[in-house]
Order: sequence, then structure tokens, then C-alpha cells
Amino acid sequence: MRPLHIIACVKVVPKPEEIRVDSETWTIQRDGVRSEINPPDMNALEMALALKEQHGGRVTVVAMGPPTFVLYLRLALAMGADEAYLLSDRAFAGADTLATSYTLAQGIRKIGDYDLILCGEESSDGATAQVPPGIAEWLNTAQITYAEDLEVLPGSGMVKARRELTGGYEVIQAPLPCVASVKAGANEPRFMDMERKAWAEAEGPLTVWTATDIDVDPEMIGLPGSPTIVDGVAQAEASERKREFLAGTPEEQAQALVERLRAYL
Amino acid sequence: MTKSLYGAQEASAIWVYLEQNQGRLTGVSLELVGKARELTDGRSIPLVGVLLGDQVSGLAQEAIAAGADEVRVADHPLLRQYTTDGYTKAFTELILAGKPDILLLGATPNGRDLAGRLAVRLRTGLTADCTDLRLEEDTGLLVGEVTGFGGGILAYIKCPDNRPQMATVRPGVFAVPAPDGARQGKVVSVPVNLAKEDIKVQVLEHVDGQGVDITRAQVLVAAGRGCQGDLALINELASLLDGEVGVSRVPVDEGWASRDRMIGQTGYVTRPKLAIVCGISGAFQFSVGIEKAETIVAINTDAEAPIFEQADYCIVDDMFDVLPPLIEAVKRARGGNGGR
Ligand SMILES: Cc1cc2nc3c(=O)[nH]c(=O)nc-3n(C[C@H](O)[C@H](O)[C@H](O)COP(=O)(O)OP(=O)(O)OC[C@H]3O[C@@H](n4cnc5c(N)ncnc54)[C@H](O)[C@@H]3O)c2cc1C
Ligand SMILES: Nc1ncnc2c1ncn2[C@@H]1O[C@H](COP(=O)(O)O)[C@@H](O)[C@H]1O
Repeated sequence: MRPLHIIACVKVVPKPEEIRVDSETWTIQRDGVRSEINPPDMNALEMALALKEQHGGRVTVVAMGPPTFVLYLRLALAMGADEAYLLSDRAFAGADTLATSYTLAQGIRKIGDYDLILCGEESSDGATAQVPPGIAEWLNTAQITYAEDLEVLPGSGMVKARRELTGGYEVIQAPLPCVASVKAGANEPRFMDMERKAWAEAEGPLTVWTATDIDVDPEMIGLPGSPTIVDGVAQAEASERKREFLAGTPEEQAQALVERLRAYL
Repeated sequence: MTKSLYGAQEASAIWVYLEQNQGRLTGVSLELVGKARELTDGRSIPLVGVLLGDQVSGLAQEAIAAGADEVRVADHPLLRQYTTDGYTKAFTELILAGKPDILLLGATPNGRDLAGRLAVRLRTGLTADCTDLRLEEDTGLLVGEVTGFGGGILAYIKCPDNRPQMATVRPGVFAVPAPDGARQGKVVSVPVNLAKEDIKVQVLEHVDGQGVDITRAQVLVAAGRGCQGDLALINELASLLDGEVGVSRVPVDEGWASRDRMIGQTGYVTRPKLAIVCGISGAFQFSVGIEKAETIVAINTDAEAPIFEQADYCIVDDMFDVLPPLIEAVKRARGGNGGR
């Protein structure tokens, strides 16, 4: 088999604890918020790097997002990725999963020669787990979502993966090229390599493509290409609870509780 | 704008995907039928359930009893096991023939796998992982509520132009409707065009969970890191109350409990009448899975633990000191009731 080309899709997300909503405009404030690579995408990247070590080949990372993502793509290069692409254009902004998966798929098509495309199972900041099947559909490949364990079967051009299901699991085999989404916590992402870090920052191969660089229909990207719209945002309300503290010894507390729970016993 | 394969003028009806696994309907399918019934109340919108599988028409009646007006059954040997390829192809054909206005699916692993693929094939919008649904008063458009950013924020999403308006809904957010065995509905068998070559993947092994479904439990006794791996008292109290054992993420990560018992954002949204939460701090990601409980009891050594802000009855003490007398007190109370 020829050397593998694995593409890892990584998204940069604001750290959940830092999010604030602007109550005037109902928009999410991203300014000054610290970000990170979406945690399961780190698992996808780790899986890509481990497969490359095992089988040879190369790893390309791709992201769609604002220019600030460059920093994180360099981090991926420092971890061991060979090349990085950022799809960045104001015209991509406001994309829902249909437009996002289309744009990423067109970027991936332009990168070309892919065998395996690895994503995280879901991103923590928005659409949920729908981008990987979307990419697979646009590229007309097989898909394996919620992969915990993934093996490339040399020679046969197949991958075999264990998928986690509700309670149980499934082992499935799919032909390459294939899109897989990787379960959060499927592995321990490595730290970046300090020597690679200097290389990644100085000369790491990182290409930024705008909408005109990839072959996209302007009607199908960004806000105009998104069939779903956000109709409003609200702060979640905490439900009202009695919050009655029971006092006394464990026996007294237990007795007091049982008296209050009679209806359920 | 990306155009969907059919438009709003041609579209009608609410369709609910009746996900089955090994010949059993998933709970969330019935929850969705119940919710869809509520949405169609007072409006003349047909409610159609869609079943895909191999010899599964026997399940149609369950969906009708839950509120469906009609069930379309796509039976085919190649649909015996879920595959993205097979199900997407068969479902797409059904949709293009029937042109639903709204299509609801459960946000189970395979429900999401299918929904994400279908939405792109149909070039339509998908609101993923909804925690509530409603129809807009004047337009009748579907509005999906989703929680974002760790759950503190709710967003309302709709899909005005493309059809079907698709949404996936988290298991457990709606109640399973009480079955009405007297309800009548149509069961329609639909043709399926599938060949082996349509399915690229091969399922080599399929292992089901042990069948614990904490989303349907009336009573949940939940344990977290504070149990230190010792679930004996938790098990005893749960079985005494005819309930199930639930856990936070820590016992799952530590291997003390199986994943199907996990409550929360990554786990399940539960709606028990009574939840007794022991040795769990009450992180947001846990609480979203328990907040629909009617009554919450918290037992925790730390009086400052956030779980106490979310509980009705609070016991600041060691769970290992409180559970034995609690078990005894429950037994006494049961005895007083004449036992069960
Ligand atoms: C993206 C994401 C998704 C997540 N999804 C989930 C999810 O679905 N479900 C989930 O649960 N978590 C989830 N988490 C993890 C969550 O943030 C918390 O880390 C987790 O819920 C903590 O579990 P815990 O309360 O059991 O442990 P801890 O937070 O360590 O709390 C243990 C508690 O036990 C008390 N305690 C200790 N000993 C005793 C004793 N003897 N008697 C009584 N009390 C005692 C302590 O005072 C403490 O309050 C998620 C996190 C992330 C980032
Ligand atoms: N803007 C993006 N850039 C790169 N990858 C993305 C982007 N959005 C989603 N993905 C990938 O798709 C996965 C699932 O995202 P989502 O469907 O948004 O939950 C993520 O874990 C990423 O691997």
C-alpha cells in the first residue's frame, strides 16, 4: 500500500467556562476569551499521528475559521503534523453544519489524495457531531462515527474500528477513503515536541486559503449557504428547589428524609 | 442559498424516525412520537412514524399506541443491521416520495450518524441535540431549543426555507407517552431498493448494552467519586426502591460502573420522580442530566458542594454513615405501608 495520507480536522473552540452572552445583542462574546483545540479533535490528531508512526505516510491538519486559528494549527504541527491548511474568509462566517461540512469537504478535495479523514466526535461549542457525516456525504466516502479504536489493515485498503453505541459497541470495517469521528478520550494526546515547535513557528508549512482558492459555490458557504438560523438566545434558568437541610445524626437525618419521601416509597 | 431537494410548498406532515435495535424500539423514538403528537394537537398535521429494518412491522403498533397516525415500514434483509449507507439510501427514497415537512430523530449514536448524513444528502438544515421543540404560532415552523457552551445558554434554531426541517432530540428530555392500545393507525409497507453494493461498510461484531435504560427509571440512586468504588449500599437502596443505579462520569472513567448508567451531558438526561445523589459534587455537565427529576436528595460531606443548590433535601454527611440507617428507615416505612 502507498504511504497513508491522513487529514485531521481540528476546530478551535472557546474554553467552555469563559463564555459570556451579550444580553443586548444576544450574541456570544468571543473577544478576549481563551480558546483551545476542541478536546476530541486532539484525540483525532493523536490517532492520526500514531497511525502515521505505525504505517508511514503523512498527516495534514485542516481547519475552517478566523486567522486566529493559525496559532493552534502551529501547535498541531509542533505535535507532529506535516502540513496545515486554514480555510479562512469572511465569506465562510456564520456557517451551519451544511455549509461548514461543504466548505471543509471542498478544502479537503483541494488538498487531495486523502485516505483517512479524522474528526472529533463533536465540537463543544455549537453544532453537534454532524460535521463528520456531512464531510463524508460531500466526499461520497464511508463513515465511522464514535470510533474508539481504529486500525488500518495494510494491503486491503480497509479500516476496522470499534464504535461506541448506547451501552454496547460495534466493530465495523470500511474501505478507504473514509471519514471517522473519534471518541473523546480515545487516547492520550501527546505533548508538542519542543524542537518541532521552533520549526513549526519559523517555517512550518501552513497555507491559508480563502473562498476563491478552493472551488466553492458562493451561494453554499457561510451565512447565505446555511439553511438554519438562530432565532434567539437565552440564559438557561435553574429550576427552583426546596433546598431543605436536614439536621441531626445520620439516623435522625435518615428518618427525617423518609418522612419527606413517603409519596415515593 | 443551498436548495433542498424539495420545497416548503410541497411538504407536509411530521415524520418521526422509529429507531429500532435488534427488533426493539428505542425509548427516544416513543418520546418523540409523544412530543410530536402534542405539537400536532389542534392542527391538522399528520404524524407519521418511519420504521426501517428487517421484519420489523410488528413494532408499528407500539408507535400507533404512542400517537402515530400512520407508520411506514421499510423492510429489507439488508436493513437488518444499521449501516449508514443502507439506511441513508432507503430513508432518502422514502423522504423524496413522501416529502415530510418535519423530520425528527433521536440523538442516539446511530440517530446522529444517520441524521448528519441524511441532512447533507437532502441539502437541508438540521438542528442537532435539541432539548425542546415547538411550532411557531404564525408560521408553523419548527423551533428547536439547543443548549450551548456547557449548557448555560439556550439557543432557538429554525430552518425557514429548506425541507424537511430536521432535528435530533436528546434521549430522555420528553416523557414516553402512556400507550393507548385502542388507537387506530395505518401501517404502510414501502418498497426498498437496496443492493449489496450500496453498502460499503461491513458490521463484523455488534454487542448490545446490558439493557439498562436509566432514562426510564422512576427512582435513581446515583453515586459519584465519593463512593470510592463501593456501590454495595447504592445497589441495595436502588433495588429496595425498585429503582436503578446511576453514576457521574467518575465511576465510569474509573471502571466502577458501565457507561449506560452515566447521567449528564455526555451521559443520559433522566427524568425520575426521585433521585438520591450521593458523593457527587454537582458539576454542570452532571446536573443537566438530573434537573428534570421531580425530587432530588443530595448526600455529600461538603456543605459547599454545588449539588446542594440543586437539591430539595440536603444531607451534609458521609454517605457511608447515612445510607445504612436510610435503608433501614425505608424498610420500616415500607413495612408500615404493608410492604410491597
Ligand atoms: C465535555 C464534558 C462532558 C462531561 N460530561 C459529563 C457527564 O455526562 N456526566 C458527568 O457526571 N460528568 C461529566 N463531565 C465531568 C464533570 O465536569 C465532573 O467532573 C464530574 O461530574 C464530577 O463527578 P463527581 O461529582 O462524581 O466527582 P467530584 O467532582 O470529584 O465530586 C465528588 C464529591 O463527592 C463528595 N464526597 C466524597 N466522599 C464522600 C462521602 N464519603 N460521602 C459523601 N460525599 C462524599 C465530595 O465532597 C465531592 O463533592 C463532563 C466534563 C466535560 C468537560
Ligand atoms: N470549523 C471547523 N474546522 C475544522 N474541523 C471542524 C470544524 N467544525 C467541525 N469540525 C470537525 O467536526 C467535528 C464535529 O464537529 P461538530 O459537528 O461541529 O460537532 C469536530 O470535532 C471537528 O473535527
